[in-house]
Amino acid sequence: MRRCRGGSREAFEIFVNKYMKDAYFIALGLVGNREDALDLSQEAFVRAYRNIKQVKPGRGFFPWFYQILKNLCISHLRKRKHRQAGSLDVEGCPEPAASADDFSPDAVADKDELKKEIWMAIDKLEPKHREVIVLRHFRNMSYEQIAEALFCNKGTVTSRLYYARKRLQELLSTEKGGGASGL
Amino acid sequence: MVCDDYKDLLMGYLDNELSAEQRRRFEEHLAGCSDCTAELEEFKKLKAITDEFSLAEPEDRIWQDYWGGVYNRIERGIGWIMFSVAGIALAIYCGFKAIEELIKDPGIEITLKIGLLALIAGLAILFVSILRERLYFWKRDRYKDVRM
Repeated sequence: MRRCRGGSREAFEIFVNKYMKDAYFIALGLVGNREDALDLSQEAFVRAYRNIKQVKPGRGFFPWFYQILKNLCISHLRKRKHRQAGSLDVEGCPEPAASADDFSPDAVADKDELKKEIWMAIDKLEPKHREVIVLRHFRNMSYEQIAEALFCNKGTVTSRLYYARKRLQELLSTEKGGGASGL
Repeated sequence: MVCDDYKDLLMGYLDNELSAEQRRRFEEHLAGCSDCTAELEEFKKLKAITDEFSLAEPEDRIWQDYWGGVYNRIERGIGWIMFSVAGIALAIYCGFKAIEELIKDPGIEITLKIGLLALIAGLAILFVSILRERLYFWKRDRYKDVRM
């Protein structure tokens, strides 16, 4: 980190190689399509490189980097939503979220219907709920790591996970008419 | 409905994030609470489904070229900054020289001189105004800040 703060690109490359998969899959979970996820995750690394001196000594790189990535994804979703709505009402959408059509089915590894339904249900979650699902399920992060990345305590993480999963259950039950998935 | 006090423990139990003591306490509660037991079963079903879910891995070349993409953007950013700074400095220098020549040239009528100077001044005011407006909105962009 000291060499990174000094502007060493070689040192920064080590961080990029270590976190590129996390960055890509988190972005994919938040914005829903592969091209945007690649573009946003790379842009987040560029911004991190330019602002690396802001990382306080003794603090980890990833939680700080995650804030950059998340903010970029939220800005991207907000712009996309405005483009779709054709509206300039910035204040009217404090919680931007992609619409169902934005989550590309190509992003899902298995092509069976249930997996696609889960993906579409994740798309419909509120951003703060989608975020914890992405970090927990797509990146297998522990509660402690999630809390560190979100700058909150573990209680908030468990609470958000509870409501996120509740909502996911509801959405999947609705999709399935409360039957086939057993939910 | 799950008992509110045990909601956090329920999630921790499901994700194997509880200490031995918390686990024992929650299991004791489960033994006497059919609502929490039922809710736990529902969550287990959901977890079984979501655990099987995975996102598609991109092609290997994406990872091989990843750092190259980041590096090019960093380099390009530095290039643009240098180009912009040099461009603005040159434009200001040439602008001053042109104004100086214009004022000193006895062959140009005074009315034309005033007109041209007013045109340049107007352009400068417009440029500063747009720049200030951009800065104003950029400062108020809720998503630009990186929380530390």
